[in-house]
Amino acid sequence: MARSNKPIVWSLFAGGGTLAAFLTPVLIIITGLAVPLGFMSGDVLSYERVLAVVQNPVGKLVLFGVIFLQVWHAAHRLRITAHDVGIHADTAVMLVCYGLAALGTVATVFALLSL
Amino acid sequence: MSRKPFIRPVPTASWWLHQGRYTRYMIREATCILIGAYSAVLIVGLMRLGEGKVAYDAYLATVQSPAGMLFHIVALAFALYHTTSWFNVTPKAMPLVYAGKRVPGGLIIGAHYIGWAVVSVILLVLVGA
Repeated sequence: MARSNKPIVWSLFAGGGTLAAFLTPVLIIITGLAVPLGFMSGDVLSYERVLAVVQNPVGKLVLFGVIFLQVWHAAHRLRITAHDVGIHADTAVMLVCYGLAALGTVATVFALLSL
Repeated sequence: MSRKPFIRPVPTASWWLHQGRYTRYMIREATCILIGAYSAVLIVGLMRLGEGKVAYDAYLATVQSPAGMLFHIVALAFALYHTTSWFNVTPKAMPLVYAGKRVPGGLIIGAHYIGWAVVSVILLVLVGA
């Protein structure tokens, strides 16, 4: 049987899509809206508290999992959608989309490991 | 494989505007742009965190500025669209059979919404506590 990378990207798309469906809305509220809208105190996102979360190995792992799956889900969907708006150069599109996702993954790993 | 594949000519930028379901399809697909952009905001936050308190506080001020809030409101709207569109196709994406019978689609979808609500409330309580 011919080898294909489809199962890998598809599982990242499906896994990331499911995770994003469950978590992304509440994450956007927590990291972007709850404090300025007054639903939560500013301490929730204070440097000390967020640093403590990120320095915890479980916190690192969860953050990595969330960001990793979100970016690969987004990258795969963007690649497929490019075709729908008339961009048919799939190899170039794939390189840009997956390249951005890889860049985001690497940046996340470096940031998490340096903390 | 044909040497010259036929590509049906369609207006590349606007075909999805003429029918409601195509438009909803493209909104669903466009959610990935906002989810990707929001991920980038999180990654930048982690990088600023590593640069120290001054850099992180400046990042927070940007996120919580009017422009930052507008971005997060738009991102939230698209994220919610992703969630509902994702849940609503689950009976087709992963049909379940129990005791030889198909589990009704509404039950699968409903279970996802309940799980979503539970997860969201738990996270809000954990973070806010």
